[in-house]
Amino acid sequence: MAERLGMVEKRGVGLWLTHVGLIIGLLFIFFPIWLAFVASTVSQADIIKPPMPLWPGDQLYENYSRALLSGINAPVAWMMVNSLIMALGIAFGKILISLLSAFAIVYFKFPGRKMFFWLIFLTLMLPVEVRIVPTYQVVANFGMLNSYSGLIFPLIASATATFLFRQFFMTVPDELAEAARVDGARPMRFFWDILLPMSRTNIAALFVILFIYGWNQYLWPLLITTDPSMNTIVMGIKQMFPSGDDLADWPVIMATSILAMIPPVIVVISMQRLFIRGLVDSEK
Amino acid sequence: MATVSLRDIKKSFGKTDVIHGVDIDIKDGEFIVIVGPSGCGKSTLLRMVAGLETVTSGEVHIGGALVNDMEPMDRDIAMVFQNYALYPHMSVFDNMAYGLKIAGRPKVEIAERVEAAAKLLQLEPYLKRRPRELSGGQRQRVAMGRAIVRKPSVFLFDEPLSNLDAKLRVQMRLEIKQLQRRLGVTSLYVTHDQVEAMTLADRMVVMNGGVADQIGAPLEVYANPATEFVAGFIGSPPTNFMKAELASISSPNAVTLGVRPEHLTVVDTNPRMTGRVLYTEALGAETLIHLKLSDETLVTLRQNASETHPTEGDDVGITWADADQMLFDEAGKRV
Repeated sequence: MAERLGMVEKRGVGLWLTHVGLIIGLLFIFFPIWLAFVASTVSQADIIKPPMPLWPGDQLYENYSRALLSGINAPVAWMMVNSLIMALGIAFGKILISLLSAFAIVYFKFPGRKMFFWLIFLTLMLPVEVRIVPTYQVVANFGMLNSYSGLIFPLIASATATFLFRQFFMTVPDELAEAARVDGARPMRFFWDILLPMSRTNIAALFVILFIYGWNQYLWPLLITTDPSMNTIVMGIKQMFPSGDDLADWPVIMATSILAMIPPVIVVISMQRLFIRGLVDSEK
Repeated sequence: MATVSLRDIKKSFGKTDVIHGVDIDIKDGEFIVIVGPSGCGKSTLLRMVAGLETVTSGEVHIGGALVNDMEPMDRDIAMVFQNYALYPHMSVFDNMAYGLKIAGRPKVEIAERVEAAAKLLQLEPYLKRRPRELSGGQRQRVAMGRAIVRKPSVFLFDEPLSNLDAKLRVQMRLEIKQLQRRLGVTSLYVTHDQVEAMTLADRMVVMNGGVADQIGAPLEVYANPATEFVAGFIGSPPTNFMKAELASISSPNAVTLGVRPEHLTVVDTNPRMTGRVLYTEALGAETLIHLKLSDETLVTLRQNASETHPTEGDDVGITWADADQMLFDEAGKRV
């Protein structure tokens, strides 16, 4: 302990300075969120009249209940359910598909194995936006516009996750697969009993990332959902902006923004420990 | 319990031939050790018996049945791997029970068999632990336990002791031997360590470059090596090889002469060869004398500690009994 104290010689001033720096940075980043929160607790009149209020008002309950229950185009509660279904669908779907494809690529010898891997890898280089027109065409032809399957399926294939699981599987010693084979485990049994439990921290880390990815989808839901009851919350916020000369209902919009942040925050906080472990070590 | 026989087994990876036709017959309950330097194909041979590697040509029989195309699980074998290959997320109990669980045995029977194996291996206090909470020797025991609970007819060991420290290795070696005696299960054991081979084997197979150079009881192989390679590989310090002409040996095909270090003695009169003492190594019970012959060949000679040793730098004469000399032809075969 004495050694450690000696090591931090700059204790007095240095420590304070770094903390002051960090706190200023934090406030700087947090300020817009604070403003949004303040705006969601005051009335429309308070927002429009300068200067903008910096402390919460008394309209919190009214604004939030108005947003949740009626919203502007559709109730925000409903949009949140849509977002939740989409985000969970994408996260679980991506994890399942990438686990299986990584399993196939790493553990099975089949003709064109390398080629398939590189094909999957290639899609990394094409973001959703680039292939959005053909994807829209396909989804429309399948009649999946304005549906959960239309929201979820096109976003499920994931080169990143496949790549991550492939890398992880390759660190699993071959002897483990062989031991399982001698023990009598068929490939899928090995997958469920051994590979899956071993990858659980990776799965948790990916789940957090993919949930947020799914939750924050904007362009795709905007394109394929025309029915307000299928709107997701992130695009819904944009839909709330008035067109033309209408007056924006800022308190409700801000309340919606704050509400949109809550589920990802809950996911991150509740899975933080697993998430960090998944990123830091591969637990062998 | 079963016999194992290999008939002209060959293996090639692509165009590289790794094993060039090996025949071995293993009797029921016999402990066979396959020994050889790295890259001689010994592990590949074992993996072919296990069914983890396909056989390019030849036949593998276990218990009289041809098993070439059978999956490992259908061959009635159990294997102990070099890195133990324990399932890291399972407890010791689950690790040992996994094979039985897959075989669909009733829970009571699984618990009974795992506990019996744990008792045999003194693993009882550790059944609930994860492999990472165990020491190397304990992990090794769990790997053995996993093999035992399945009551296979053949045990396969792939260099199981090479990850242990020297002291533990000696101890585990004894335990493996005792265990195999007690269970009486036919065993095939691969190692690069000739001491392990000598001490464990009922019969050993010395492999060299994908060929079984010699198959026989350890002492017989030691006393009567079939090739120059076997003479050099088995025994420590290794056999001395000298040019046959140097010792004026008149045997038509003999090119190389081999004499084990313990068969050489220092003499003052009538030496068969002379050399200069480079250095001596006192190991306690014995002392090794390293000599350089007139043609620069290095020779090691083993003396008991009680004998008087020549001083470094001296020229000394050495001799050996005719019965102890081994002659090899150009191809390394015994003459």
